Amino acid sequence: MLYREAGQFKTSYQADQAIFPIAQDRWFVWGLVAFGFLVLPLFADQYLYTEVLIPVLILSLAAIGLNILTGYCGQLSLGTGGFMAVGAYAAYNLALRLPETNLIVVFLFAGLMAMAVGVLFGIPSLRIKGFYLAVATLASQFFLEWAFARVKWFTNYAPSGSVAVGKLELFGMPIQTPMEKYLFVLAIVVVMTLAAKNLIRGRLGRMWMATRDMDIAAEIIGIRPLYAKLSAFAVSSFFIGVSGALWAFLRLGSWEPLAFDINRSFQILFMVIIGGLGSLLGSFLGAAFIVLMPIFLNQLPGILGIPMSTALISHLEFMVFGAMIVFFLIVEPHGLARLWAIAKEKLRLWPFPY
Amino acid sequence: MRAPAASDIAAGEVLLSVEDVTLSFGGVVALRDVSFDIKKGEIRAIIGPNGAGKTSMLNVINGFYQPQKGSISFKGETRTKMRPYDAADGGIARTFQNVALFKGMSALDNILAGRTLKMKRGWFWQMLRIGPALTEEIEHRKRVEEIIDFLEIQAIRKVPVARLPYGLQKRVELGRALAMEPDLLLLDEPMAGMNLEEKEDMSRFIIDVNDHYGTTIALIEHDMGVVMDLSDRVVVLDHGVKIADATPDEVKKDQAVIDAYLGVAH
Repeated sequence: MLYREAGQFKTSYQADQAIFPIAQDRWFVWGLVAFGFLVLPLFADQYLYTEVLIPVLILSLAAIGLNILTGYCGQLSLGTGGFMAVGAYAAYNLALRLPETNLIVVFLFAGLMAMAVGVLFGIPSLRIKGFYLAVATLASQFFLEWAFARVKWFTNYAPSGSVAVGKLELFGMPIQTPMEKYLFVLAIVVVMTLAAKNLIRGRLGRMWMATRDMDIAAEIIGIRPLYAKLSAFAVSSFFIGVSGALWAFLRLGSWEPLAFDINRSFQILFMVIIGGLGSLLGSFLGAAFIVLMPIFLNQLPGILGIPMSTALISHLEFMVFGAMIVFFLIVEPHGLARLWAIAKEKLRLWPFPY
Repeated sequence: MRAPAASDIAAGEVLLSVEDVTLSFGGVVALRDVSFDIKKGEIRAIIGPNGAGKTSMLNVINGFYQPQKGSISFKGETRTKMRPYDAADGGIARTFQNVALFKGMSALDNILAGRTLKMKRGWFWQMLRIGPALTEEIEHRKRVEEIIDFLEIQAIRKVPVARLPYGLQKRVELGRALAMEPDLLLLDEPMAGMNLEEKEDMSRFIIDVNDHYGTTIALIEHDMGVVMDLSDRVVVLDHGVKIADATPDEVKKDQAVIDAYLGVAH
């Protein structure tokens, strides 16, 4: 009843090509963004910020990055953790060696360095596809992990291999409290999501999707595989690099290369697969699912008042979480984003079945 | 570097000529010393029994296969080696025997993808999607809508192509090729697997494309009725060798062609 597009006529191609052609969607998203910026800070506590909001947002950004590469361009990658590490250490080194640099520039630099490394490791994609490419990107993951653990210059010769960032500030405003960090992350994520959406629905995005769906046909309409694949690697790595820098600076504060190991790559890949390949919304849903579900499961016995040892709870958490992933993949292999789309489709007709 | 525009070549002059092309895969010879030409503005059919080398011929013209011998000149430029991208850039578009659409994209996006080469704005503008990038996107949407109108597929423009029936998929694929505004359009069995009505529609579109946009068309087709009605001239291949090259009426009477199709008593 409420969710109807009847009567909303488009009079220009611009309106027809809007991100949310249906007015209700538009209001909902504006409402959500306003809620995130204005309402949440009124009541959120430190736990909500540091354990829920900030991790979900930063990992969503990484998931968007991987989704551009895997979901939109069809190039499977297991090197996400490594590219995040490139972003983190690039940002660290710039902030360390040129302390006066603006924080935005630091994160841009992180993205650009990750972009360069990503393009370099993306070159094999011109020759190999699918699982073989996944193995090639896995090699990049191991190489980068090794480089940041062994090449001491990256960690500024810290004896333990662990590095820490100093005080953060932007245009003289400190970014210290969880709320300030959250707002900073949220602003970056909103801006970069919009940029990703624009790229995807533009010429570049069509080139990626064409390459994903049928590379031969893409080539005969004048899409260079080299350009399409490497641009996907570039944009994807940029997003992943920025998210890596955000993760290191705003979530961890101090970290060692282990923070970006192969488990991180798998975590992001699971987010993309569970959320939905080829969907920006899916990147957010997947990140939220993977981050929040363990927290929820962990607290469930406490909420229900079932006495249980912490060890048992954490074992159960792993088992139930694993089972849920399998369940979701069987019920909807196209991910949570597809479930959402189906729900919207049904809502359009509700309460009438036809 | 772009080849000269086709408008420099008057109608009736040679647009593309294939000279002594030989193509083999290992020991299998797919094409042997084949030569023919395609004149601007005509509908040229390539026919022949199964395995005659028709699709291989299109693949050579299109840059998928590099012939071992011979050359191809398009718009007066002779080339021996080239990539499909160069063919597209030069103005050669193509549809496939088994539909090769981008399955995850809508019909509209498929056709818009055909305009990739015509769009010039860089990634930075696309990312901001304001000013010139937005104008360009809308400009090209308009051109695509013209093609959608032309092919009468307005109702399905937002439908993912994987969900469309076969006949409509073929039409969208033709739309994608048309969006490139090609000088030469290669159609590989545009009517394969269609019912009579769909064939009639497709024939009408092919004639209209030729008439309306002045596009030169080379098509492979097995339905002889269609071939004889549509084409101006016909090349007949058999086992990789050209056995006839004439108007439809002459080809129909050609003994070598009849033998190739019906077989000869040994």
